[in-house]
Amino acid sequence: MNLRNSLVVYRKELRDMLRDKRTIRSMAVMPLVAFPLLFLIIGYVGATFSGEAKTEIAPVMIRGGGDSPKILAALHHLSGIRVVPYRDDATEEVSDKKIRAVVDIPPGFDAAIGSGQPKKISIGYFENNDKSEEAESKLEKFFDKYRDQVVSAELTARGLPPNLIDPFTVKSKNVAPPSKVGAALFGGWIPYLIIIFSFTGATYPAMDLTAGEKERGTMETILSSPVSRTDIVMGKFLTVVTASVVTAILSLISMGASFAWAKPKLMAAAHATFQMSIEPSTVAVVVVMLLPLAILFASALLAVSLLAKSFREAQTYVGPMSFIVIAPAIIGAFPGVELNWKTALVPILNTSLVSKEIIGGSYPWLYIAAIFGMTCLYAGIAIGCAVRMFNREDVLFRT
Amino acid sequence: MIEARELSKIFRDKKRGEIRAVDRVSFTCTPGEIYGLLGANGAGKTTTLRMLATILSPTSGTAIVAGYDVVREPEKVRANIGFLSTATALYDRLTAFETVEYFGQLYGLDARIIEQRADELFKALDMEDFRDRRCAKLSTGMKQKVSIARTLIHNPSVMIFDEPTIGLDVMAARSIIDFIRQCRNRGKTVIFSTHVMTEVEKLCDRIGIIHGGQLRAEGTLEEMRDRYRKESLEEVFVEVSGDGQ
Repeated sequence: MNLRNSLVVYRKELRDMLRDKRTIRSMAVMPLVAFPLLFLIIGYVGATFSGEAKTEIAPVMIRGGGDSPKILAALHHLSGIRVVPYRDDATEEVSDKKIRAVVDIPPGFDAAIGSGQPKKISIGYFENNDKSEEAESKLEKFFDKYRDQVVSAELTARGLPPNLIDPFTVKSKNVAPPSKVGAALFGGWIPYLIIIFSFTGATYPAMDLTAGEKERGTMETILSSPVSRTDIVMGKFLTVVTASVVTAILSLISMGASFAWAKPKLMAAAHATFQMSIEPSTVAVVVVMLLPLAILFASALLAVSLLAKSFREAQTYVGPMSFIVIAPAIIGAFPGVELNWKTALVPILNTSLVSKEIIGGSYPWLYIAAIFGMTCLYAGIAIGCAVRMFNREDVLFRT
Repeated sequence: MIEARELSKIFRDKKRGEIRAVDRVSFTCTPGEIYGLLGANGAGKTTTLRMLATILSPTSGTAIVAGYDVVREPEKVRANIGFLSTATALYDRLTAFETVEYFGQLYGLDARIIEQRADELFKALDMEDFRDRRCAKLSTGMKQKVSIARTLIHNPSVMIFDEPTIGLDVMAARSIIDFIRQCRNRGKTVIFSTHVMTEVEKLCDRIGIIHGGQLRAEGTLEEMRDRYRKESLEEVFVEVSGDGQ
């Protein structure tokens, strides 16, 4: 391989690529404008709905309780809920989201409390519906507190200390730094997005520089020059890697900036607190981890696109490839999926998981080294395949 | 100088099996001579020229082009030839000058020499008006001139033209024919493939008729007419190509 020749090809391809509106769209406009916008809209809408659930005065029906005025009165005074007249189709009303919950008070509830006979209250709600779950949570807390008050009054009436039933308390508290808690929850999505952007950034140039060139008839022109085919494909490969890395970095910067700008607004809308801070050095390590992955994407995309005679045909080959990339990347983003020696063997998933660890503040150096080395190996094999394909006449001159 | 020695090319196709596109083709073309390779579509002209230009490698046989072996020294061969065909398109997003400059760099020329050679070529081919215009915006004739400048930037001793006038209008085709003639006048070795008889009659010093991958007949125009006792090259071509069908 002659580096000078590859750099001549690289410079030309880069100039050509930067003049192509479609490449600029996929490399810069998408990550800088469209995706952050999408992310903000989805985030803002989600946060608004979540905030609405917390602030809503939930309509609730009460079945029974006619002989228990005390509990009924307490429920009517409970803030955050609004008792609406009971109807026989209360359960359907919950399912139809017309009311948030229905409370069943058994007959003789007030009297049973006085006589010490246990009674069961049930709350009907809509599982996985934010507003209904929020109402259910308020009701449950209310009944817990009401029970404590009843027990405390009973103990006092019998001359016993109110804390007799509570000889000790248990309190759980988070000891991890708030930034790590944030990273554990959302840290997986950062490598996922970088992986996706790195792949999409490489896709268009890879197809354009191979199948696109065949289609436009410029492939034979470059093949008639004295530069070896290996030098040509390496020049093209460097161009695709550049597009991939630039797209990933631009998307990272744009997402970081959008998040920093939108965070206070999102948190206020969701009535939540959330901390997440990522050091620039952490980002640098993640980018280094993703570099061999960008190389792997670039060479695999080049090798696959070379098989096609036209840009359109290349799209049909590259389409299924995106599923192969997205699936492990998305699995790695889930909070429950953790890095171990089994997951460390799976390409893309391993980089996603180790990046998640790094963002979370842990540096498992053995895994980092093994995964970096493994991805470099896969990338090397993929480069070898791309070079081999470019040296095959039946691939270059497929009719 | 071009010397083809028993050049053969076999393509393997899943459906059609082995296809012998070129079958033991041998001929010689000397400096200051235009050799016309005449044949119908699919006769094996393009494959032969692609092997001479080392874009394809021969299955068997070899050729010596500009003093280098196409099998053993393909990069040296390419450094000493200019290859032009309708399949060698230009980069739409590069300007005329950038295209010529790029190929100058690929041929390993210094920036100063590229600048100097490009100036000479742009003047000689009357291209100065569209020097900085992108190729996508050029007319077919202008594009052909850029292609010519691209093939000449390194001043090759051998020129290979594969049906260079196909799809061109009369004026653009005429400028290509003039250019090929100039190459011969400058002492270059020129090989030229076509299926247009008039171009061959106007230009070629010697002719080879290729059919079914084999070189069926070779000689000057006069020799061909005498050998086959025909008035025109077209009749000779039909006689030679029809033979054995």
